[in-house]
Amino acid sequence: MSILEIKHLTKSFGENEVLKDINMTVNRGQVVSVIGPSGSGKSTLLRCATTLEKADGGEISYDGITMIKDGKYADKNAMKKIKQKFGLVFQSFNLFPHMSILRNITEAPVCVLGMKKEQAEKEAMELLEKMGLGDKADSYPFQLSGGQQQRVSIARALAMHPDVLFFDEPTSALDPELTGEILKVIRELAEEKMTMVIVTHEIVFAREVSDYVVFMDNGYIVEEGDAHKVINNPQSDRLQLFLSKFNQ
Amino acid sequence: MNFLAITMEELPSVFMRLGEGMLTTFQIFFLTFVLSLPLGLIVAFGRMSKNAIIRNITKLYISVMRGTPLMLQIIVVFFGPNLIFGLSVSTNYRLPATIIAFVINYAAYFAEIYRGGIESMEKGQYEAADILGFSKSQTFIRIILPQVIKRVLPSITNEAITLVKDTSLAFTISVTEMFTAAERIAAAETSMVPYAVAAVFYYVFNYAVAFAMERIEKSFNYYKS
Repeated sequence: MSILEIKHLTKSFGENEVLKDINMTVNRGQVVSVIGPSGSGKSTLLRCATTLEKADGGEISYDGITMIKDGKYADKNAMKKIKQKFGLVFQSFNLFPHMSILRNITEAPVCVLGMKKEQAEKEAMELLEKMGLGDKADSYPFQLSGGQQQRVSIARALAMHPDVLFFDEPTSALDPELTGEILKVIRELAEEKMTMVIVTHEIVFAREVSDYVVFMDNGYIVEEGDAHKVINNPQSDRLQLFLSKFNQ
Repeated sequence: MNFLAITMEELPSVFMRLGEGMLTTFQIFFLTFVLSLPLGLIVAFGRMSKNAIIRNITKLYISVMRGTPLMLQIIVVFFGPNLIFGLSVSTNYRLPATIIAFVINYAAYFAEIYRGGIESMEKGQYEAADILGFSKSQTFIRIILPQVIKRVLPSITNEAITLVKDTSLAFTISVTEMFTAAERIAAAETSMVPYAVAAVFYYVFNYAVAFAMERIEKSFNYYKS
């Protein structure tokens, strides 16, 4: 059962064609990693899928609801529904600095979903406990390490109960010794069968945690398939070259 | 000694007679401040509007307000209705005219301060709010504005202090605020004392303004961005 369907997606920034005919399916419970060199279009793909960028052409649908078809977006109400299907964890966390950790997590469930404050706080505390941050509820983002902030931002995304959770290079802004704690959280979510699409530079992690790997280069998906197969036994020259840089 | 004795003798009566002027000065300051702060936000929205007509009109407005003397603006607001439109204007219009001129002038400055604050906000804050499903107005009120206020407070303090001193420009159309009152007494009694009292008054007033603003700034210290 597919949750996300992308067909013939295209996107240009002026003259620069960043996405050229992207096709991709994400099934429920699947963990998909998107890898590729800088400028390959992987972040743009994720930004188009999450409406942060407007796609030029093609089709994106969530759970059978069409978000964009032939370059035309769905109406406001449909978009609102679609937006509740996914969450996004940013590279730079983007927590709200003026709100406590707890309120960072409860604000959207209360204001957007209309959840009762007590209920939202209960769920937020459960999420914080799960992230190992139960004691940080009353802290403010600036008082937390990068790794802790990123875990809060994962909790904030999960509080909206998304069907699919996107990660945009979630460890790139972190010191190497802090990436482990984020990868551990993602691994736990994968075990719980959370559907995730992860744009990442962590090749070893991508192979270990994901079911499916998509390798992008120059706006195209060059190679894709079972994570172990694709990374252990790359077929295309381009992917072989890309992976060889990590094995040095 | 003689000079000092006279001064000490004069002080209470000077103070009494300046009292009303102090009240008017405070009134101009307070009304200008509380009216131009929200108006400035509306002007800032106009200045950042996607609509080119609204944006350019606002830009022209800000440019004129900042590019011409406030004293001249006060005169235009007070005499304009009569000289341009032939309307008869009562002397009661003096204080309202002053406040109107001050409000539209300060709103232009505040608008640019707000714009600077709003444009300094990281794109990521808007994107995070968008992904979480906040509407545009929710995003502005709950996420952007509280952070903008913290960022613009030092500039607002600056303007508030300038405003205290600018109130003396109401002198131009004979509004009996502090400065006008001091000038009258000084002229009638050929004495410097009223000016000295006025100077102390402005200084103390500004000291209080700076103190209050500092307290407000401190109340935002519970977080860092």
